[in-house]
Amino acid sequence: MPAPETAPAHPSPAGSPLAPEGGEVTESGTGTQLSLRAFVQSKRAMTGTAIVVLLALFCFVGPLLYHTNQVAVNLGIENSPPGPGHPLGTDPYGIDVLGRLMTGGQSSLELGFAVGIATTVIGLLYGAVSGMVGGIVDAFLMRIIDTVLAVPTFILLIIVASMFSLSLSVIILILTALSWPYTARLIRGQVLALRSREFVQAARTMGATGRWVLARHMIPNTLGVSVVTATFAIADSIYALSALSFLGIGPPPPFTDWGTMLTGGVNNLFNGYWWQVYSPLVVLVLVVVAFRQVGDALNDIVSGQRTDAARRRRRFRLLPLSGPRPE
Amino acid sequence: MTWYLIRRAGQSIAVLIGVMILTFLLLHLEPGSVARSVLGLKATPARVAIFDSLYGLNKPLYQQFDIYIKQIFQGNLGVSYQLQQPVSSLIAQRLPRDAILLGLSTLLALVIGVPTGIYQAARHNRLADDLLAGTWFTLYSAPDFMEALLLIALLCVQFHVFPPAFPGSVNSVGGLFADWPALVLPVTVLSVNSVAGFSQYVRSTALQTLAEDYIRVVRAKGLPERLVLTRHVLRNSLLPVITILGLSLPDIVAGAVIAESVFNFPGMGLLFWQSALAHDFPVMLGGTLVIGAATVLGNLAADVAYGVLDPRIRYAGA
Repeated sequence: MPAPETAPAHPSPAGSPLAPEGGEVTESGTGTQLSLRAFVQSKRAMTGTAIVVLLALFCFVGPLLYHTNQVAVNLGIENSPPGPGHPLGTDPYGIDVLGRLMTGGQSSLELGFAVGIATTVIGLLYGAVSGMVGGIVDAFLMRIIDTVLAVPTFILLIIVASMFSLSLSVIILILTALSWPYTARLIRGQVLALRSREFVQAARTMGATGRWVLARHMIPNTLGVSVVTATFAIADSIYALSALSFLGIGPPPPFTDWGTMLTGGVNNLFNGYWWQVYSPLVVLVLVVVAFRQVGDALNDIVSGQRTDAARRRRRFRLLPLSGPRPE
Repeated sequence: MTWYLIRRAGQSIAVLIGVMILTFLLLHLEPGSVARSVLGLKATPARVAIFDSLYGLNKPLYQQFDIYIKQIFQGNLGVSYQLQQPVSSLIAQRLPRDAILLGLSTLLALVIGVPTGIYQAARHNRLADDLLAGTWFTLYSAPDFMEALLLIALLCVQFHVFPPAFPGSVNSVGGLFADWPALVLPVTVLSVNSVAGFSQYVRSTALQTLAEDYIRVVRAKGLPERLVLTRHVLRNSLLPVITILGLSLPDIVAGAVIAESVFNFPGMGLLFWQSALAHDFPVMLGGTLVIGAATVLGNLAADVAYGVLDPRIRYAGA
């Protein structure tokens, strides 16, 4: 059994025989307060959030400070390397790459957040209702989800994308339609677990209607999981849009996103115009990694594994920590 | 176990029917008409009518569905608008090549992912674990087309180690192996993402296994740590990987679309991408049906194998 490598964050007489199992109670507050505190304490979550905020500022506030021409073609300065006036060089149309990154990032981020929110709302309602109602309805609703999930999302995305003339809002619709089943299935599992918990049964015994239980007990208690899936949905949809643009079936110009920039850059990579590839590449990887870091950290928090220190302390606990707390 | 098998098989059949309905509906989701999108906006009404009657698109929807289902059971997935070949033979040509590509990359991912997962669990929360976890996480999060391009830029353009793409002449499974240097990069790119998934999954199950009492017992007996890991932890952490294999099938297939279009690998993914660009719906939907069926059967096989290998699951499900 490996010993804890570092001292716990809050010093407690861990070695003394009187120490309570699992360490001292050092944190108090409501569940939301505890989760928020854990979020702020988590280095990964905070780093990820900081990157996301900085990138959002870069894309939405940046163009107000850094004025570039993103419309007119200027072949006099095509493919110029980074230098004064154009910190990241220009693309084959003489358009400033740094400014392009900002414009392209706007659509990527808008798409991510829109899909993340829409997916969560639909998945939460569908999953919660399916889990609450149960029986044949649940079986039927779940087979619909299984069907959509049986086909790789990206394949469906390509098919549907090749049918419609794409714009940002159409892509948001398509990606939402394809990604809510993941959330719904997860939420349903949570609801099924919650249904047998004492506080739900107590509410039932006191005559609470299904709608009341759904609104007051089920949805608030699955919000943590929903936030996690929303974060992953954001990362996945930004990635899906860039992959679609990369394959050349994304929205037509003048629409631009980081994937489109990447494709354009790749065609010029062998001419030595490296700045056209690496700039969108870096921001794209950065934003996807940042969102996934936040999601992963949130997942740890939601599943009860708070900070690393707490995780180390927990290893020596004998009683299961999950499940209803004895009052 | 029998009841579990019956229920699980019933679910799979329901999902398979669902996939058929889904592909049929998708064909008719096309705004305007299929004929217009294939023939172009300048097609005369006469040509549109000929196209519609040729592909049975002028019949009522329920008759079309009836014909569609009957054809599927006869192994007829329609005819490609673009290539004028039966979709089933197009798919039959490419499926074996994909089996090789996906099989090799999954094997590679397992060979790398499982040992590193166990190693990470043994070095839990130390520098090696954190470094490996960080590496896998970044590789997993980075878009796979980017990984493909960076590999091409480095190994093909800079150092000329591997060819950047398959020669267009590769048509047989044997040809794939004859051109094995061209196989290296697609297999690498496809396995990178799976390695991350496998290793992190094995790591977390191995951590759970390490906390079990029987591990404490064998350690107390004085068994060397190396044998504890290989004999006890590895075996018990390997079982859940079967489920993950089944579940990760859609991701692997989706990754194949990108990898194949980047490397010009003559498989289902490339066919799929080319038909998407040409609005060739029978090929896309036939491919979707085959992929969907493969996923459903793969999941079923994984579940059954898991139940057979782990008696605890079997009794819990019975």
